[in-house]
Amino acid sequence: MIELADVHVRLGQRDVLRGVTATLAERRVGVIGANGSGKSTLARLLNGLALPTSGRVTVLGLDTRRQAARVRRSVGFLFTDPDAQIVMPTVAEDVAFSLRRKGLPRDEVERRVREVLARYGLGGHADHPAHHLSGGQKQLLALCSVLVLEPEILVMDEPTTLLDLRHSRQVAELLGELPQQVVAVTHDLDLLAGFDRVLVLDEGRVVADAAPGDAIAHYRKMMA
Amino acid sequence: MNGLTGAYVPGSSALHRLPPGAKLLGLAVACTGLLLLPTPAALAGAAAVVALLYALSRVGWAAAWAQVRPVRWFAVALFAVQLAFSGPEGAVTATLRVVLAVALAGLVTLTTRTSDLMACLERRLAVARVVGLDPFRVSLLLSLTLRSVPVVAGLAVRVREAQRARGVERSVRAFAVPLVVGALRHADALGEALSARGLDDAD
Repeated sequence: MIELADVHVRLGQRDVLRGVTATLAERRVGVIGANGSGKSTLARLLNGLALPTSGRVTVLGLDTRRQAARVRRSVGFLFTDPDAQIVMPTVAEDVAFSLRRKGLPRDEVERRVREVLARYGLGGHADHPAHHLSGGQKQLLALCSVLVLEPEILVMDEPTTLLDLRHSRQVAELLGELPQQVVAVTHDLDLLAGFDRVLVLDEGRVVADAAPGDAIAHYRKMMA
Repeated sequence: MNGLTGAYVPGSSALHRLPPGAKLLGLAVACTGLLLLPTPAALAGAAAVVALLYALSRVGWAAAWAQVRPVRWFAVALFAVQLAFSGPEGAVTATLRVVLAVALAGLVTLTTRTSDLMACLERRLAVARVVGLDPFRVSLLLSLTLRSVPVVAGLAVRVREAQRARGVERSVRAFAVPLVVGALRHADALGEALSARGLDDAD
C-alpha cells in the first residue's frame, strides 16, 4: 500500500511534481507520461530516493522521510540502466552484495544467489564478469539482485527502455508472475497489458487514472 | 581490459584453493624476489617457474596472454630504452622483471574471486579502523573501481563512435568532454543505485 498526499517536488528552479494525491493498492500499477512529466521523480519518491518538498509519501505505513531505511528494505528499485545498478564485478557477487547485511552463513548466501540466478536463466553465468552479459541479461541480473531480498513492493523506472523486443517481453512475462506489488514507470505501452491501473502524468500532475485501456487512450490523445 | 576486471577463471587447482591472503603475500614476496634476481639467466629461471604456475592453475594460455597483453607495448618501449642506456643484459633483466610481475599479479586475479579478495582485504584492513577508516568502505571502493573500468571503457568506445559519426575524430576536446561528463553521470547513477540498495542505511 502506497499513499501520496498532496506531494510537491521542486528540483532547483523547476516544479517537477505539483500536487499528486493517490492511494496505490493494486497489484500492478503503471505510470506513463511525456519526457519531463515527473514520472521518474514519482518512482524515486516511493523508496525515499527523492523526498517531497511538501506533502507526504507513506509506503506500507512508513513515512519515506523519517523511515527511509525501513522503506528501502521493503521496496526494491529497478533502474533503467543496469550498468549503473550493478556494483560488483561478477554476476554472483552482485547478487550476494544485496544479502551482505542479512547475517546469513556463507553457504546460505551462495544457495540463495544460485537459486535466484537459476530462476531467471542466469545460472550458467554466476562467475562471469557482469560486463560480458548482454544488455537484456544485465537487466535480468539487476532484477535478481533486487528480488533476492524478497521486497514487498517492486518499483521499476523504465525497465525496458534499453532492451530489445525479446527481452522486453521477457521482463513483461516475469512481471506477470511476481508475487510483489509492482509500480512500473514506462514508455513501453505493451508492458502495461494485464496491469490493474495506469496513471498518466503531465507537467507534474496526474491527468488520468484508469484501467490501462482508457489511460493509454488518453495518453495517445494527449500526445497527438 | 579483461586483464584487470573480472578475469576470474573458475577452477579447482591448488592455486584456486589457496587462501587469497596467502596469494597476496606470495605475490608480494615473489615481486620483491624478482627485483633481487641479478642476471638474465636467473630471471629466465623465474620465467620458467611462472610458466609452471600458470600450467598448474589450468586457466589456459589465452587467459595468460590476456594478462600480459596490455603491457606489451610498454615492455617493448622499456626494452628499447634500457638497451640504449644499459646494454642488452640490463634490457632483458628490466623487461623480464616487469612482465613477470604483471603475469604473477594476473595469476592472482585469474584464480581468486574478487569477492574473496575483498573479504580478505576487509579482514586485513580491520586495523585501519584505528585511524577511522571503515574496512567495508575501502573494499567496496576497490570493487566499484574494478566494476567501473569496463563501464567507462564502454563509454569511451561510444564517444569515439559518436565522434567518428560527426567527423571530429582528431579533436581531443570532443573526446574528453563527453567522456568526463558521461563518467560523472555514471558516478551519480551509481551513487543513487547504492542508496537504493541500502548502502548507507543504519541496520
